[in-house]
Amino acid sequence: MKTAERQFTTISGVPIESVYGPEHLRALDPLHDLGSPGEFPYTRGIHRDMYRGKLWTMRQFSGFATPEETNRRYHYLLAQGQTGLSVAFDLPTLMGYDAGHPLSEGEVGKCGASVCSLEDMEILFRGIPLGDVTVSMTINSPAPVLWAMYLAVAQQQGVDWSRLSGTIQNDILKEYIAQKEYIFPPRPSMRLVTDTIEFGARHTPRFNPISISGYHIREAGSTAVQELAFTLRDGIEYVDWAIERGLAIDDFAPRLSFFFNAHSDFFEEIAKYRAARKIWAYTMRDRYGAKSERSTKLRFHAQTAGCSLTWQQPYNNVVRTALQAMAAVMGGAQSLHTNSLDEAYALPGEHAVTIALRTQQVLAYESGVASAPDPLGGSYFLEKLTLESEAAANQYIRRIDEMGGMIAAIEAGFPQTEIAAASYRYQKEVESGERTIVGVNRFQSDDQPIELLQVDESSAQHQERKLAALRQRRSQNEVQKTLDALKRAAEGTENTMPYLLDAVRAYATLGEICDALRAVFGTYTETTHL
Amino acid sequence: MSRPIRVLVAKPGLDGHDRGAKIIARALRDAGMEVIYTGLRQTPDMIVNAALQEDVQVIGLSILSGAHNAIVPRVLELLREKGMTDVMLVVGGIIPDEDAESLKQQGVAAVFQPGASLDSIVTFIRSGVPVV
Repeated sequence: MKTAERQFTTISGVPIESVYGPEHLRALDPLHDLGSPGEFPYTRGIHRDMYRGKLWTMRQFSGFATPEETNRRYHYLLAQGQTGLSVAFDLPTLMGYDAGHPLSEGEVGKCGASVCSLEDMEILFRGIPLGDVTVSMTINSPAPVLWAMYLAVAQQQGVDWSRLSGTIQNDILKEYIAQKEYIFPPRPSMRLVTDTIEFGARHTPRFNPISISGYHIREAGSTAVQELAFTLRDGIEYVDWAIERGLAIDDFAPRLSFFFNAHSDFFEEIAKYRAARKIWAYTMRDRYGAKSERSTKLRFHAQTAGCSLTWQQPYNNVVRTALQAMAAVMGGAQSLHTNSLDEAYALPGEHAVTIALRTQQVLAYESGVASAPDPLGGSYFLEKLTLESEAAANQYIRRIDEMGGMIAAIEAGFPQTEIAAASYRYQKEVESGERTIVGVNRFQSDDQPIELLQVDESSAQHQERKLAALRQRRSQNEVQKTLDALKRAAEGTENTMPYLLDAVRAYATLGEICDALRAVFGTYTETTHL
Repeated sequence: MSRPIRVLVAKPGLDGHDRGAKIIARALRDAGMEVIYTGLRQTPDMIVNAALQEDVQVIGLSILSGAHNAIVPRVLELLREKGMTDVMLVVGGIIPDEDAESLKQQGVAAVFQPGASLDSIVTFIRSGVPVV
């Protein structure tokens, strides 16, 4: 194809000019727009010495089948040099159902580990010192329940909560927008999130009670700018609710963390991370009057794009993931998950996940990209893209402000329809061959077979047996008493966390606790926006 | 003019990842079919009842969670119970090759795996549904 006929755009459709130079950056004010690394507005990163001081945390998202099997995988990953854990739960756990519930049929242990009670959480972290290893848990609607289980296990291990470091995802807004794993309606859900932020501010000073996530928004098919804008606007919503609760901005903002996608368009992604830090810093300072430096620093986890992985020629996924991971590192991520080559097929096998971890180790120790902070800062192209991302995201944020905030926007279906349109547009571009996906719509060849992890129905049976034995063993009285107390707290305005802790310590199951909350809050069904 | 093909696009199971289901629904609509999208978390009963009420010729299931071996046979069974064996059942999602084969032997008309083109899905449905 001749260059003149080709349209150059980022993967999100932002037009790219043929060459960038100083004329593109006339409006750029280095002090206002960039700062030095470690200085407001942190466009160039939140630390002065960045990865020289401390490498990013290599944190592979992992969980499958039973807590027993997942615990074995965690010991393996830690032995391979992984530096933090990240728990994947199965769909029944994510939706607040126990194994054995009719809706759990066929789903137990398939997409992550099944955790039905405190007993399972004890098994999950057996032999893992929670005072030393940081743990991230991908759990949203039932996050306060799973967090209560985690805190209870830490206590059993004799670890003081003040020493605990880790993250619960707990970002319900992006569930309504993109991933759709919600239980309760938006307002009671936001109350639960605010309960955890408040509880965390008092009791777990080193734990992130939320990871405000763009990852799933992007996986649902959004553009980079939509990911950026909707995530930050979600962040604003959580801050508004916490302030409404009576918390002072600098008492909780330092523990808000973020989670972004690392997609395939190298420069667009780096621009996105830089713009995110800058917008958040100004928002915290100017919209909320944050005084603490830590409140204004956006810290984020990144994961390479699952939706970019192809079923065809799966070994190519190693290369895609490496490039995406490099964008995350050059964009200043605090922790990183690299996808495994087999994830378009199944949860990753041990061999595949080891290659994914080695990819990060090669980046960290061989590539040299970790030697200087913001190594691409000053590139005409990147700086222009950063300014454009910021402007476009701010436009979306203003629009959602005008709609009355993110909950109103969700109820109107605004982010959902914007994402659906972008996702359809992208798919059409792939279909027409306008966008090349190597091995899928160009350069096809016969696939090399790969070995896959199999999760069978024996996990479900194992979990159901354990639950039955637990129900025999525990005090039914104590379970009922704590569940009743939880319901009363949920009906009122008290913080639910202490009541959740009591219920999990009595070995009430996840399903029982969520049923108690369902009885008070009701459940949510979305209006579908095609 | 012939009546447009009516399709029920359904998302069974607990999984909420509906990007694929929505894209397929739009693509079939753009191809001139009448599409009803059930939304999330439909049980096999709900799906087959909706198919009956909406008088569709095709049901498309989107499953990414690995629960297909529990869900799809149940839908087939209900279709047989209700005498709806003329309804074409197609499945899309993360379905390993051996499972795809087994589902086809049980009565699924086609299984579309990741990377299947929208065109191929439209063509398959058009060629398999008799014109009325």
